[in-house]
Amino acid sequence: MGDNSEARGAVGEYKAGWHDPEDSTIRFDFGLSEEVVREISKLKNEPQWMTDIRVKAFNHFSKRKMPTWGNMSMLEEIDFDNICYYLRSSESTEKDWDDVPEDIRNTFERLGIPEAEQKWLSGVTAQYESEAVYHSIREDLESQGVIFLDMDSGLREYPDLVKKWFCSVVPYSDNKFSALNTAVWSGGSFIYVPEGVHVEMPVQAYFRINAKNMGQFERTLIIADKGSSIHYVEGCTAPTYSTDSLHSAVVELIALPGSHIRYSTIQNWSSNVYNLVTKRGIAHENAKIEWVDGNIGSKLTMKYPAVILKGEGSHAEVISVAYSGEGQHQDAGAKIHHLASNTTSKILSKSISKNGGRGSYRGMVTVSPKADNCKLNVVCDALILDEGSRSDTYPTMEVANATARCEHEASVSKVSDEQLFYLMSRGHSEEESLAMIVNGFFEPFTRELPMEYAVELNQLMALEMEGSIG
Amino acid sequence: MSLLEIKDLHAGIDGNEILKGINLKIGPGEIHAIMGRNGSGKTTTANIIMGHPDFEVESGDVLLEGESLLELESWERARKGVFLSFQYPQAVPGLQVGNFLRKSVASIRGEEEAKGSAFRERLTKAMEALDIPRTFMSRYVNDGFSGGEKKRFEILQLMLLKPRLAVLDETDSGLDIDGIRTVSEGVNAAIRGSDSGALIITHYSRILEHVQPDMVHVLLDGKIVSSGGPELATKLEEKGYEWLKQE
Repeated sequence: MGDNSEARGAVGEYKAGWHDPEDSTIRFDFGLSEEVVREISKLKNEPQWMTDIRVKAFNHFSKRKMPTWGNMSMLEEIDFDNICYYLRSSESTEKDWDDVPEDIRNTFERLGIPEAEQKWLSGVTAQYESEAVYHSIREDLESQGVIFLDMDSGLREYPDLVKKWFCSVVPYSDNKFSALNTAVWSGGSFIYVPEGVHVEMPVQAYFRINAKNMGQFERTLIIADKGSSIHYVEGCTAPTYSTDSLHSAVVELIALPGSHIRYSTIQNWSSNVYNLVTKRGIAHENAKIEWVDGNIGSKLTMKYPAVILKGEGSHAEVISVAYSGEGQHQDAGAKIHHLASNTTSKILSKSISKNGGRGSYRGMVTVSPKADNCKLNVVCDALILDEGSRSDTYPTMEVANATARCEHEASVSKVSDEQLFYLMSRGHSEEESLAMIVNGFFEPFTRELPMEYAVELNQLMALEMEGSIG
Repeated sequence: MSLLEIKDLHAGIDGNEILKGINLKIGPGEIHAIMGRNGSGKTTTANIIMGHPDFEVESGDVLLEGESLLELESWERARKGVFLSFQYPQAVPGLQVGNFLRKSVASIRGEEEAKGSAFRERLTKAMEALDIPRTFMSRYVNDGFSGGEKKRFEILQLMLLKPRLAVLDETDSGLDIDGIRTVSEGVNAAIRGSDSGALIITHYSRILEHVQPDMVHVLLDGKIVSSGGPELATKLEEKGYEWLKQE
């Protein structure tokens, strides 16, 4: 811990950029091969079917071409041979923070996780590198049959449930990075909410990368049984290094009839992390899936939370914000497929670009011929803070049923001098004024977050506005 | 010492001189009015006092209690007690009125004054005086406000921020008779009986019937061509600006 303060000072604005000394118990060599994939599975004592699917996924990954959209030149810079695919820093997943190794515990304390847990969470899982180091759930939920485990424990304790749903929403062959994740996944959350149970307070997962050139590949599976509800929140940070790391998660949500899943993310990776994530949910009859997705950090993010509206009367919402600063590209958006009648969806995307950053909204909404009386609403707003920054919108709507009601609005705006002058005339410095405008722009997103996160996000954005006035 | 002193001010925008040598002194507790037609330099005067970055001062000075304001940023001037009620207040979508007011009071009056029940009481009182409903607090700053709501909101800020010098730029425009009366009462409550001062910039004499100015100045083509008591406003209303040109 001795060098932390220096490391922290050197990284400037990014608050979570410190790192612990690397103290791994198991660390794989750089690079990926079938052998590495089998080794991970063996280490975890997995059933044969999981080993098999990992190997199949690896073979698919090896052959699969990079996406031909997003930011191809940045994608081509990823050096898959210079990444560590598995790193364990702690022997086991603990139920008591006191049993977590001191360095790691300190890191999570600095990130405020144990404090938040005590105050307002139903459960917490904390992942460090490849494995969960801490895990807990409130007893009353456990006694109602709610399962909240890290994914590895989930596979060990509930193999049938996992086998039934794993890869059922996102097949490994979906894209190159879902194949990679399926091949080398480790950690993530496994959640099952029994019929009719409402988990009132959110459960949280926190993902931390500490090592250099690290690859983190968590896998999350959430199943909400009939008429149940859950709010899952995830946060993530990493140290700032001059070399790149890769975060490539897969999240699968299954909302059974009448259930409600809300999945909120505040992604604040350091600016050397590639964040290439596949998130998708299936909503059955009258179920509701909401993705609340905030992308503040990372070098390149490509993420389009998706909902398949499979059951009649189901509803999808994707509310996202993206902030792109110097050297960053946030290529984010949403995908919604209306497969059944009387389904409704709403997409709200807000992006801010600054200091040459680039924000892209990439969205797709489809309505199948059989789906009658669907309602779609897409709004995307971009705010550009200076001349060299960029914002693009790539909306796609494929509507094959004439009864659908579609609404689409897009706007691009700039901060005006008059707006700044108005706020400054009320005693706010130029940076404070800009932060007020930016936080106001994000407000439709932040009001969807638990209050604690909303406050944190506002502080984060105020920090991003510091030193931005030339 | 004057509260505000403008000394031989020459200023403009984009290289065009708009103010061509303005002199003005406002003492503590005084309310002055500047009247003039469109394009005479009224709004430029307001912007220069508040420190709008687009306007350039060529020569002369603007002093608040003997201290030059010209080198200060507009937010520094605000913290020294200069307030501008805007002719066209800007909308900030997503910024809640209540939150904004608290932050503004905190940065200008200090954290203490923005906290607790004392702040809430002052806020409630000021809102009642201006006929502003409680629901106003959760709306976004000037976003979707009617013309009248914008002006009331400016005066609400005036009452809470308690500046040394308030500049009111066309606060009466777009208000009906009742609105002008309400807003004027707000101005009187904020300035009268204190040692603060106000500069009211207006086309018409209507607002001056409710906020009695100590002095009226007439601005014509970047210069103050006439100064006098409140009767000057009445005379202008009767005879129009042409009359001054002829003299």
